[in-house]
Amino acid sequence: MSKQPLLQIENVETFYGKIQALRGITMDVHEGEIVTLIGANGAGKSTLMMTVCGNPRAASGRIVYDGTDITNMPTHEIMRMDIAQSPEGRRIFPRMTVYENLLMGAAVTDPQYLEEDFEKVFDLFPRLKDRRDQRGGTLSGGEQQMLAIGRALMARPKLLLLDEPSLGLAPLVVKQIFEVIKELNQREGLTVFLVEQNAYHALKLADRGHVIVNGVITMSGTGKELLAREEVRAAYLEGGAH
Amino acid sequence: MEYFVQQLINGVTLGSIYGLIAIGYTMVYGIIGMINFAHGDIFMVGAFISLIVITALGLTVSTGLGLTFVALILVLVCAMIIASAYGWTLERLAYRPLRGSFRLAPLITAIGVSIVLQNYIQIAQGARVKPLQPIITDGYTLMTKTTEAGEFVVQISNIQILIISVTVILMAVFSLIIAKTSLGRSQRACEQDQKMASLLGINVDKTISTTFVMGAALAAVAGLMFLLYYGVIDFFIGFVAGVKAFTAAVLGGIGSLPGAMLGGLVIGLIETFWSAYFSVEYKDVAAFAMLAIVLIFLPQGLLGKPEVEKV
Repeated sequence: MSKQPLLQIENVETFYGKIQALRGITMDVHEGEIVTLIGANGAGKSTLMMTVCGNPRAASGRIVYDGTDITNMPTHEIMRMDIAQSPEGRRIFPRMTVYENLLMGAAVTDPQYLEEDFEKVFDLFPRLKDRRDQRGGTLSGGEQQMLAIGRALMARPKLLLLDEPSLGLAPLVVKQIFEVIKELNQREGLTVFLVEQNAYHALKLADRGHVIVNGVITMSGTGKELLAREEVRAAYLEGGAH
Repeated sequence: MEYFVQQLINGVTLGSIYGLIAIGYTMVYGIIGMINFAHGDIFMVGAFISLIVITALGLTVSTGLGLTFVALILVLVCAMIIASAYGWTLERLAYRPLRGSFRLAPLITAIGVSIVLQNYIQIAQGARVKPLQPIITDGYTLMTKTTEAGEFVVQISNIQILIISVTVILMAVFSLIIAKTSLGRSQRACEQDQKMASLLGINVDKTISTTFVMGAALAAVAGLMFLLYYGVIDFFIGFVAGVKAFTAAVLGGIGSLPGAMLGGLVIGLIETFWSAYFSVEYKDVAAFAMLAIVLIFLPQGLLGKPEVEKV
C-alpha cells in the first residue's frame, strides 16, 4: 500500500473539557478497505469518529482526508467531502418520515442521483421501503440502524464512518447489517471505517483492525491476526481494563 | 346572532395578527429552544418601517385602488426586508455568541434586546403615539337587523378582508416551505438534532439565521397589518402584542407551526368575545386564564408534540 491513504489520522489528541479522551491516535484508512477500531465503552472510539468529523475538534495532531487537511474545518464542510457517518445511537430524526430522513442524507448531493440512490438503499434494506412514510421515531432498533446506514449512503460517500452498528440489535439483524457492509465494500469499493464493541463480527469483516484502550491504540493488525490473539479476546471479556 | 357574527369577524382579524407574530416565537423556539422576547419588538419595528414608507410614498385614502395596491406591496416588501435585517443582526450579535452557554443567558439577553429596541425607537421616533389616517376604507355589509334601538349592521371591512387573506396565504406558503422544501427539512432537522444535521452537511448556523429572518419577516407583515387596522402605533406596542403572541404560541404548543396559528386565533377570539360580552378591562385576564387552563390539562399545548421518542 504505497498509495496515499484516504484518511490519515496523525497523533490526534482530543479533550472534553479537562478530560483527555484521545491520547495521540495515529492510524490510517486506505481506499477500498474496511478498517475497524474495537474497544470497550469509554475507550474513545466514538470520540475518534466524531473528531474526524470536527466535533469535538482535535486539540493537537492532524487529520488528512483525500489530501486535504480537515483538522480545523467546520463539521458541515467536512461532511460535504464525500464522508458520511452513521453515528452512535443512530440519531434518526424521530419526527421525520423514513423518506425524509433519507432525503436529509442526500442534503448535499446532486439531486440527479436521488432516484437511483433511493432505489439502491431500498434494495439493500427492503424493510425501509415498507416503512417509507412512517416516522423515524416509530421504527424498531434494527430498522433505525438500517435507516441510519441508508441515510449515510444517500450522501454518496467515498468513506463511510460506522459507529457501533450492532449495538442493541438481535444477532440476526447484526448479521444482516454486516452482510450489507461487506457487500457495499466488495461491490462498490466503498471504504469503511467501522467502530465496534462487537469485536468478533467486526474483526471477521475487516481487512485491518486496531484496539483502543483509554484513548491509546494498543494493538494493530489484520482482522484475522487480531482475532487470533489471546489479549484481544481477554480485553473484550474483561472490559478492556488493561 | 348578528352581534356574534360581527365579533367573530373582529376576533379572527385580531387572531390573524397574533398568529403571524406567534409563528416567529414558535419557529425560533423550535430550532434553538429559546424564547426570543425581542420578537414582539421586531413586530413594532416592522410597524414603524411601514409607517415611514407609507408617509414617504404619500399614500392616502384618495390614492387610486390600483396604485394603493402596488404601494402597499412595496411597503410590505420594505418592511419585511428591513425587519429581517434586524432579526438577522440580533441573532448574530446577541444570541449566537451565547449558544452553548447556560439556558437562561440568551433568555435574559432577549429581554435586554427588547428594552434596547424599545428605547431606540422611542429616541429615534419619539414617545408619542403615531397616527395614520385610514388608507383602506369601506367594506361589505353582511347582515342588517332592525330593532327598536335602531339598526345593527354586520360588516366586514376591506382591511379585515385584507388581513385575513394575507394571513391565510402567508401561513399556507410558510407551512409549505417547512413541509416540502429542502430549507424546511433542514430547519426541522436542526430542530430535532443539530449535531446530526451538521453531520449531514447542513450549515446549522445558517439555518438558524434563516429561521430568525423568516420569523422577523412575518412579524413585519403583522406590523403593517396592525398599523393599517388600528391606525396608531407607538414604541410600546411590541410588548403587549408580543406577550399575547407568545401566549398564543404556548397555548397552541410551542414549536408547532399550526399550533401557533391556532393559538393566535384562540387568543384573538377569546379577547374579542370577552370584551363584547363581559368587560373590556378583563380581556387580558381571560386570555391568560385560558392559557393556564389549557396548560393544566395539556402541558404541551393544543397541538404540541408529546415528548415520546424511541431510542
